[in-house]
Amino acid sequence: MTSSTTTAAAPASSPAPRRRGASPALRRQHRAAYLLVLPFMVVFAAMLVVPLGYAAYLSLYREQLIGGVSFVGVQNYVDALSDPAFLSGLVRVLLFLVVQVPIMLGVALVIALLLDSGVLYAQRFIRLAVFLPYAVPGVVATLMWGYLYGPDFGPFAQVASALSLPKPPFLSSWMLGSIMNIVTWSFAGYNMIIMFAALRGIPTELYEAARMDGASELRIAWSVKIPAIRSAILLTLIFSVIGSFQLFNEPQLLRTLAPSVIDTAYTPNLYAYNLAFTNQNVNYSAAVAFLLALVIAVLSYVVQLSAQRKERRS
Amino acid sequence: MSTTAAQTAPKRRSPTDRRSPLITVLVILVLPYFLLPLYWLVVASTKDNGQLFSTFGLWFDQVNLIGNLREVFTAQDGIFWTWIGNTLLYSLVSAVGAAFLATAAGYAFAKYSFPAGTALFSVVLGSIMVPTTALAIPTYLLFAGVNLTDTRWAVILPSLVSPFGVYLMRVYAADAVDTQLLEAARVDGAGELRIFFSVAMRLLAPGFITVLLFTLVATWNNYFLPLIMLKDPTLYPLTVGLARWQSAAAAGSGGQVLFSSVITGSLVSIVPLVIAFLYLQKYWQAGLATGGVKG
Repeated sequence: MTSSTTTAAAPASSPAPRRRGASPALRRQHRAAYLLVLPFMVVFAAMLVVPLGYAAYLSLYREQLIGGVSFVGVQNYVDALSDPAFLSGLVRVLLFLVVQVPIMLGVALVIALLLDSGVLYAQRFIRLAVFLPYAVPGVVATLMWGYLYGPDFGPFAQVASALSLPKPPFLSSWMLGSIMNIVTWSFAGYNMIIMFAALRGIPTELYEAARMDGASELRIAWSVKIPAIRSAILLTLIFSVIGSFQLFNEPQLLRTLAPSVIDTAYTPNLYAYNLAFTNQNVNYSAAVAFLLALVIAVLSYVVQLSAQRKERRS
Repeated sequence: MSTTAAQTAPKRRSPTDRRSPLITVLVILVLPYFLLPLYWLVVASTKDNGQLFSTFGLWFDQVNLIGNLREVFTAQDGIFWTWIGNTLLYSLVSAVGAAFLATAAGYAFAKYSFPAGTALFSVVLGSIMVPTTALAIPTYLLFAGVNLTDTRWAVILPSLVSPFGVYLMRVYAADAVDTQLLEAARVDGAGELRIFFSVAMRLLAPGFITVLLFTLVATWNNYFLPLIMLKDPTLYPLTVGLARWQSAAAAGSGGQVLFSSVITGSLVSIVPLVIAFLYLQKYWQAGLATGGVKG
């Protein structure tokens, strides 16, 4: 990638002697590389690999009423896969994913394309305004929207009753949509910035060539820009898939406002949390958490794979 | 967009003459969606608890911001100060630590081809897909085994690992550190670690700050991890503290915490991050560019 920056004046002979006497120098370099990687890998192993292994181990055991903890093999997984509470949460999250992610990424992409094409005044302001919600903690975002949704004092309800319209049921029958809205609000700007940054990296000669051929700006956006930032869009997509499956803050906090709408297994993550900390059933919780991680890994992999295949085909 | 194309069809367009007031207005009409909740937060912070429920949510009444602030900072013996201190401590230590670990590792992955490099990097890259919340419960159980739960370490240690930071730094280091510069330093007889600390680190500074900023935001906003790890309210960060206040206020009965305190506290908690983002714009944008373009 950086080959263009290497100066032509560089002595061509320099690599040759280095290679001949490489062994000690190379070994020294390897040692340095390991030393530099080591601190991260140690913490990585302790905070990621070991807990995952431990979760896998725990998930194979069960605390019996009689006889204490005993090995049950994959029984916890078998149970989870036929547990209606877990499955309904999983389906809810899938629905969330299918509806919310395209909307959020679509909004992000349109704004990024508009910003990039230079048709907007006050670009910096617009970019910041859209990005700003990302700086708001999920807890605070949920608190704010929770008040805005409020059926008694929320401004939407106030406006509705002033117009003698029915109050929008944000915290009852529209709950999933309300949560989608909070997540979209929080992360559209983050995704927009990733896409915008990628658009800035496209060489402009590509546009000039397309314009020369008489392509409209819309056509350029569709046929040149979007394909060119496919990898960035893929990145946002995978992060969104991971984020959707991890849904926790919003349902957990809105539960205090609408306990009858959001049950303890509203999302798989909420379920795993309640299993571990309310029901004290750590083994089953570990199985659910592990299964969730597995689903996410597989789905992210499928997304990546299908994107690559599409790329190869075109 | 088509209107502007017609306008500027004749010759080369400079970025300025493609601007369209119409599209700008359309986009500006969408902006209230992003700004309204923040505007509401500012308005609501000026109201006392009664006005919060009795007045229109999107307009000011009698301004009581000072009273609310006093209440936030004196409630429960001023525990809000403790939460601010905890949040600062957790996020600063985690961010500096994570950025340093990620920089060293990312640089090594980018600039040395060593036997286990590719394999290790693939493992790190794959771990980006591991959901942090699914990880938090087993981490809690492990920490409980070694009596680390309900300590500051329980929040800081897991936050030190940023696989995405390593990925970002690897991409960044590949471009920012010229291999010939490293060769030159080697010829001068500098050791590899010395080259990293005195030559490469300087070139990697913008990437370092990007990872620092993102870990800072992630830790500052983290709720799940401290929620499960901490029981002692004096160890809470702002997010957990505010959530507790919120549920106490919602529960209502005899609770000394009021909705107005939750709201004003929320405003106070987001101000530092908003300011940080405004000031450090070029860094987070450059950082996201690196990750996004080469992803």
